[in-house]
Amino acid sequence: MKQYPYTDKKDTRSGFGAGMTELGRTNPDVVTLCADLVGSLKIDTFIQENPERFFQCGISEANMIGVSAGLAITGKIPFATTFANFGSSRVFDQIRQAVAYSNKNVKIAVSHAGLTLGEDGATHQVLEDLAMMKALPNMTVINPCDYNQTKAATIASANLEGPVYLRFGRPVIPVFIPEDMPFEIGKAITLNEGTDVSIFATGHLVWEALQACQILEDEGISAEIINIHTIKPLDTEAILASVKKTGCCVSAEEHQINGGLGESIAHTLVTNYLAPQEFVGVKDTFGESGTPDELMEKYGLKAASIVEAAKKAISRKSK
Amino acid sequence: MNLQDIASQVRRDIVRMVHGVKSGHPGGSLGCTDLLVSLYFKHMELKTDDQGQVVFDMEGNNEDVFFLSNGHISPVLYSVLAHRGYFPVPELATFRKLDSRLQGHPATAEHLPGIRIASGSLGQGLSVAIGVALGKKLKGDSHLVYVLMGDGEQQEGQIWEAATFAPHHKVDNLIAFIDFNGQQIDGPTDKVMNNRDLGAKYEAFGWEVLHMDGNDYTSLDTVLTQAKGLAGQGKPIIIITKTEMGQGVDFMMHTHKWHGTAPNDEQLAKALAQLPETLGDY
Repeated sequence: MKQYPYTDKKDTRSGFGAGMTELGRTNPDVVTLCADLVGSLKIDTFIQENPERFFQCGISEANMIGVSAGLAITGKIPFATTFANFGSSRVFDQIRQAVAYSNKNVKIAVSHAGLTLGEDGATHQVLEDLAMMKALPNMTVINPCDYNQTKAATIASANLEGPVYLRFGRPVIPVFIPEDMPFEIGKAITLNEGTDVSIFATGHLVWEALQACQILEDEGISAEIINIHTIKPLDTEAILASVKKTGCCVSAEEHQINGGLGESIAHTLVTNYLAPQEFVGVKDTFGESGTPDELMEKYGLKAASIVEAAKKAISRKSK
Repeated sequence: MNLQDIASQVRRDIVRMVHGVKSGHPGGSLGCTDLLVSLYFKHMELKTDDQGQVVFDMEGNNEDVFFLSNGHISPVLYSVLAHRGYFPVPELATFRKLDSRLQGHPATAEHLPGIRIASGSLGQGLSVAIGVALGKKLKGDSHLVYVLMGDGEQQEGQIWEAATFAPHHKVDNLIAFIDFNGQQIDGPTDKVMNNRDLGAKYEAFGWEVLHMDGNDYTSLDTVLTQAKGLAGQGKPIIIITKTEMGQGVDFMMHTHKWHGTAPNDEQLAKALAQLPETLGDY
């Protein structure tokens, strides 16, 4: 399989911070808002270099979304930042009316998504945000997989006219996406070509999918690994082309299986090309306190779960 | 034409629009007619072309902008915008109908000139107006942002997030109004959920608080002029605007019953008899 050597491990939120630093220097229309989580969102440099373009909102996420919509009306490109839970479920109605329905150029950029937020527990571990955001017309939903991709996605989000939900996280993971790899919103990235099973992964599950690929290869199974960084609009062309080749697939995400990437893929397959699909994700349950690694293990989001799902999908192919 | 005559036509439009689709919100619309007429026909600086025709663009640079947070009183906003020249007056006949730009609550999806954000789900307009005010400051545009909210709407939590934010960030190019008519869907505001002293609340939050009779043109003129004079002095401004729900139609006044009810044919005739046609019905 294609190898992705890495020399560094970083959190994806730092990739967001780096993207914001660059946008602060290159795009004078970009403004940032935060609801009392500046350190967690890694936007200190942006604020230091552009104090007049930062608005501290305090612990008032609903107001932050409305203020962002107002700034967008005047032609600014606001990035509203907080934890994923508080930037989605807490403010769904504000996003729905003032951002999505009003089609405002607001970027909702959120960290600490999913189980890997860790010890804070289920109150903060949002696993339903992709479902909510992908249900909104006009909304683009992006869930990058490592530091470099998050930085690229941040910059690409600023250049896209319209509402964006950009989701990233807290754990420190390998930086395996080459810095110069092109990033295009809505365009899936094939990380490894294979013939027996397609594995569509997003966010932190992409690295796990690559580990799974190696394990499968050692057992003589050829897996195609496709990084779906954009949940919506979904690259249905890439998905169908891959499944037509392999005949089955696995979706892998740090999200509820209800309403997540897997469901979008299933919809694509059901309406275009029937093939077995297995779902790696959180199975209709809340999370709990623990280390990110322990939680990934307990809730079945590690490479081993992807391997198991891949074998099951292959076994279900019509003989 | 004087403002009262324009208001009379706007009130005719409101009851006719609501009657035409047997739905909509006449009470608050009638109550806020004088305020919106005063703003759009006298106090706001609006972008116009060489012929004096208003010109709409989304950003609203170098002009005053208005936001309606209590979106259910869309009939008054639509009528005022149409008569001010943002879109053809006959389009008022499409209010709340299929394929119309005049949605039940204001929206941007159909690109109706004069509307910059959707409103209807309450409590959001103040935040949006603050964002626009901040945007104007960033761009060195000294024009003002106006926003109208309901008094029942003050029960929404987001309002108080915004009320905390604006003085903290010295958003002093913002003039907010509370339509203080004392009524909401389920009855008198004091009975449904007592807001207590809204003026004292906003003052405690750091706002400049003014009071105005929203159905009296002398009061409107005096207080709006005073408010504009207070802009740029470090504090956001809010005007508690006393109005009578249903103002101008005697049987719709002094009750919450016409909040969201359309008049029947007989009631329409009775209402129109009290409102002289001054600019021609659509």
